[in-house]
Amino acid sequence: MRSGEIGNTWLRIAPALTLLAFMGPVLAGLTGTLLPAFGYLPGLGGTSLSIAFWGDFGDYPGVGSAVWRSFWTGMLATVLSLAIVVIFAASWRGQRVFVWLHRGLAPILSVPHSAVALGLLFLLAPSGWIMRLVSPWATGFERPPDLALAPDPYGLVFVLGLVVKEIPFLLLMMLSGLNQIPERQSVTLSRSLGYSAMIGWIKIVLPQLYPVMRLPIYAVLAYSVSVVDMAVVLLPATSPTLGLLVMRWFNDPDLTYQFLAAVGATVQLGLVVGAIVIWWGAERVVAAFARPWLSAGGRGKLSRVLALPGLGLATLAWGLGAASVAGMIIWSFAHRWRFPDALPRAYSLGNWVNKTDGLLDPALVTLVTGGVAACIALFLVVSCLENEQRNRLNPGRHLLWLLYLPLLIPQVAFLFGAQALLVAFRLDGSWMAIIWAHLLFVLPYLFLSLSDPYRRLDPRYRVTALSLGQSQSRVFWTITLPLLLRPILIALAVGFAVSVGQYLPTIFAGGGRFATLTTEAVTLAGNGDRRLIGLYVFAQSFLPFLGFGIAALWPLWRFRNRRGMRGLV
Amino acid sequence: MTRLTYSTRRPSRTVLSRSRVVADAQTEATNRLVWALTLVVAMAVFLGGLTFFAGPGRAQSDEAAWQSILKRADGQEVFWNAWGGSDTYNSYIAWVGDRVKEEYGVTLTHVKLSDTADAVRRVLAERTAGRVTDGTIDLIWINGENFKTMKDNALLYGPFVERLPNFSLVDQQEKPTTVLDFTVPTDGLESPWGMAQMVVVYDSATLAEPPRSMKALLAHAKANPGRVTYPAPPDFTGSTFLKQALYELTDAPGVLLQPAGDNFDDVTAPLWAYLDELSPHLWRDGADYPKTGTAQRQLVDDGAVDLHFSFNVGEAASAISEGLLPETARSYVFEGGSIGNTHFVAIPFNASHAEGAMVVANFLLSPEAQARKTDPRYWGEPTVLSMGLLTEEQQQLFSSVPSSPATLTPAELGVTLPEPHPSWMTRIEETWLTRYGS
Amino acid sequence: MTVEPNNSGPGSALVLTDISLALPDRMIMQGFSLTVAPGEVATVMGPSGCGKSTLLSAIAGTLSPSFVLGGAISLLGRDLTTLPTEERRVGMLFQDALLFPHLNLGENLAFGVPAGLTRTERRERVDAALDRAGLAGMWDRDPDTLSGGQRARAALMRTLLSEPAALLLDEPFSRLDAALQERFRDFVFGHVTERQLPTLLVTHDPRDAEAAPGPVIAFEDFAGA
Repeated sequence: MRSGEIGNTWLRIAPALTLLAFMGPVLAGLTGTLLPAFGYLPGLGGTSLSIAFWGDFGDYPGVGSAVWRSFWTGMLATVLSLAIVVIFAASWRGQRVFVWLHRGLAPILSVPHSAVALGLLFLLAPSGWIMRLVSPWATGFERPPDLALAPDPYGLVFVLGLVVKEIPFLLLMMLSGLNQIPERQSVTLSRSLGYSAMIGWIKIVLPQLYPVMRLPIYAVLAYSVSVVDMAVVLLPATSPTLGLLVMRWFNDPDLTYQFLAAVGATVQLGLVVGAIVIWWGAERVVAAFARPWLSAGGRGKLSRVLALPGLGLATLAWGLGAASVAGMIIWSFAHRWRFPDALPRAYSLGNWVNKTDGLLDPALVTLVTGGVAACIALFLVVSCLENEQRNRLNPGRHLLWLLYLPLLIPQVAFLFGAQALLVAFRLDGSWMAIIWAHLLFVLPYLFLSLSDPYRRLDPRYRVTALSLGQSQSRVFWTITLPLLLRPILIALAVGFAVSVGQYLPTIFAGGGRFATLTTEAVTLAGNGDRRLIGLYVFAQSFLPFLGFGIAALWPLWRFRNRRGMRGLV
Repeated sequence: MTRLTYSTRRPSRTVLSRSRVVADAQTEATNRLVWALTLVVAMAVFLGGLTFFAGPGRAQSDEAAWQSILKRADGQEVFWNAWGGSDTYNSYIAWVGDRVKEEYGVTLTHVKLSDTADAVRRVLAERTAGRVTDGTIDLIWINGENFKTMKDNALLYGPFVERLPNFSLVDQQEKPTTVLDFTVPTDGLESPWGMAQMVVVYDSATLAEPPRSMKALLAHAKANPGRVTYPAPPDFTGSTFLKQALYELTDAPGVLLQPAGDNFDDVTAPLWAYLDELSPHLWRDGADYPKTGTAQRQLVDDGAVDLHFSFNVGEAASAISEGLLPETARSYVFEGGSIGNTHFVAIPFNASHAEGAMVVANFLLSPEAQARKTDPRYWGEPTVLSMGLLTEEQQQLFSSVPSSPATLTPAELGVTLPEPHPSWMTRIEETWLTRYGS
Repeated sequence: MTVEPNNSGPGSALVLTDISLALPDRMIMQGFSLTVAPGEVATVMGPSGCGKSTLLSAIAGTLSPSFVLGGAISLLGRDLTTLPTEERRVGMLFQDALLFPHLNLGENLAFGVPAGLTRTERRERVDAALDRAGLAGMWDRDPDTLSGGQRARAALMRTLLSEPAALLLDEPFSRLDAALQERFRDFVFGHVTERQLPTLLVTHDPRDAEAAPGPVIAFEDFAGA
């Protein structure tokens, strides 16, 4: 009984503790960014508050267009990703092609943003794979043409990269949301009333689904507006986003630029908040205009027109993502692969034999950091969810917003200040620091992934088990956990994949002493050796992929003789 | 498009300078306490060091002092923050790690930076947080503006260079940049470990006669639109290209060795006129630039552009052997000389393992390490040592390094132009950004 | 948590005294009293939303905290309202058998057997129960491969193995086809009589009420009352 009490006490304080571990550092980090933005940074002689640096910020060449570029690329990427996912799901949900494409898109979730960006650049550049495939026989190009295809001056390739990466994520979030609403009945009902399946889905299912997807959409928006590692690869050197400018100032040898970097990080925060507010406003407007349409009786003769583009765009996103990774993997085996050869002229295992030594350390750091962060996050998330179940609490929407904070605040805005905090406590460059920094981003995604299956588990299983006289903790270990084995493993894999992809948190908290596959890949991206980049892209994508593979296969094997688990597995 | 928007603005340079003045005023007014603290600690460290190095007998020889450094270094783990963007260089550093482990029991950890300023900022952050001992960085690969920043902010340990036995082999006469870093005296705060000179790499299979002056480069760009580019400053190769052009175009190259002042606009006017004429004929019409020097090497290998500027004399040879450039790649230098400099290692003021760091710095100056560095398979750049000061056996190490048709001989490298004072680079970068950048 | 052996014997009634159930904004039930004698099946009928299921939740101890429960529920001389579900000794059967899909049939039943017995004893009890349910020799079966009737019987046996002192039946027959319904109803009621368990049955089906050995309580919509 004693241990049971300890367990119960832990469960009761778990939500508060989880939030504390979150809010404390995030808020402290934000303060550490805001103070220098207003001139306070004693280490550099800034001891009084002033707004002088805001003037410098405004006068920096190109800052206006960089802010605007951050805003519109992020907005466009989010709108496009969401539109494609909605149209695709509306027209193909319930059909085999939906399942196929969804399965095909899932692995792209495990490919880090930076890897997709590097792969996409090679695919679309004038000297890239697609041009090589059609040259010189179709184009006549013996040398790459001087066309601004990728990076392009408008930032469209950058938007494309974001869309390729965000579609699988939004699709995953949509599927988890669909589980919470009576989708099939709604569609069947509206079809029986003469609506096409697609219009029925949009008029009945989507309005129920959107509130559940709102937070993930905001997370995508915040990420797209402030992303750095994708922008640095896919935007021209002369057309940076605000995030890139902040990193440029942050990296300037002239230390007075630190103040400018802090101002930039603060503006970045405002930009994200502004983007979310505008999106929120647009939701209201769309809802107001769409409401009469919902009951206007239109049954959608147009749905066929949208169905094919929906499928086409989703397939295109999948194809670009897959070809990006494939191209880089081929590079890792190449020795010489010059334009316009469609495939390498000479292959070599040299890369794999000689360079894997350097790969092992970062791979190990990636594995340990991701593994530990995901396990801690799982422990906290399961504690919170189990507490919710045992005390039959209603899942708190507000609490969820707090949990999402690290995803909604641009990373530079609080990592900048958090680094100073870590240095002050001499925690920078420690395992604790890097794991905590990763935890901030791993936990929300893990929560997102697990909370729905956890809450959706038929409560009567628990009640039955309890009414059979078994203790709470026994029911948890022998009924709840095994029944949720698959979602738990998938949540772990999601958490691990999120950790693998982290760039800025590793840089800021790792004190430079921790090199992960992602930081190495981004560092090497400047080196221009596509073969080596290919090797890292492969390693970067393989580890999370392995995680998802285990999560998918282990429960299948474990419950191979349990037909009833198939719905759950 | 972007350029039009900004050409109507007043140059931001003045604004940034104002911010610097404000910051400087604040620094002067308020930094005294920090200074006092630093001074106290520095005094303590200095006195501690004094008793250690000159202590007991006071007559302790340099040799004995070095021996005690070796003794304390044994078993230390040295965190070397060094740019990690080149696999070739990373392998060389890994080899250094193996050798100092064998020889001196020093464990060397290469902290791979994408930008050396990361390390500068980190040391600063540590001082801000009052971490005046056991810092996280023991050794930094550094030169130029980063060195000046650290020196000006008293973030460096030392002077220590004179204590390194191998420093006596350095060719300070013929290679003055080993003690003058971008015209800033090193004052024994950083130890040289390599010579760099700007060379141009091209593919002799596609380009028979490459342009050997800035004027010829302009003509080449006009005749071959889209085949010429240079990395976007502040990438140091890009900045060096601009300085190289400035040397050739300006009437009074001598002033570049003095800090830039009111003469900046006059001196650099020919540079901007030249770039205005060149830009429309550049790769991507000058709307985009390679982000790094090595990214431009990739463009040459792809055949997208004709020329690659490199600070590594052995770049062409080592890239060929790595399979990163065609066998037909060759290098040359501009007529009238090309900019050269020296790169260094320095120790932060709060390094945890200064002794270990000194042992590594000394090993980097050893004939063994320097000879390997001249080998294009491992790095391929000229040594900082003077052949005249080496024994015959040591010279043998250098002469046995294989030569490559892609690498220029010392005679072919011609005149080395000294780096201008760092203030030129800062202001050229700012002006470039306003005119052609974001 | 252990359940004492079934030594308190038959004869303890389930007594509900002056039960009231309320949500913050409305009353669901007030002043409801009922005594279910051992071996008796009291049937509760009424329209959806009248509070039948809420009443069962209150007895089982799975009420959401937003409900306010008044009155007393006693069984074996204890007031259940303060006890956690697992200590109430109230067995439940639902529409669905809810056999745990990750365990095999034998493990499912063994899950119900109280702790503190040896391996062999547990095995014997489960085997006996399987035998009574016409499932002899099916220990290793995947529950999902059983027929509907087999699953329903297994679920009852699992509940009985946990030695409950009372039984709550939440429309346990409604998912079965007509022929099966009758057989399973007899099977359940037979065990109720044999074990002398006070039993509360919630149903929509008048035939259930007819067959049940005990009183029938018709719930009106209490919301208005």
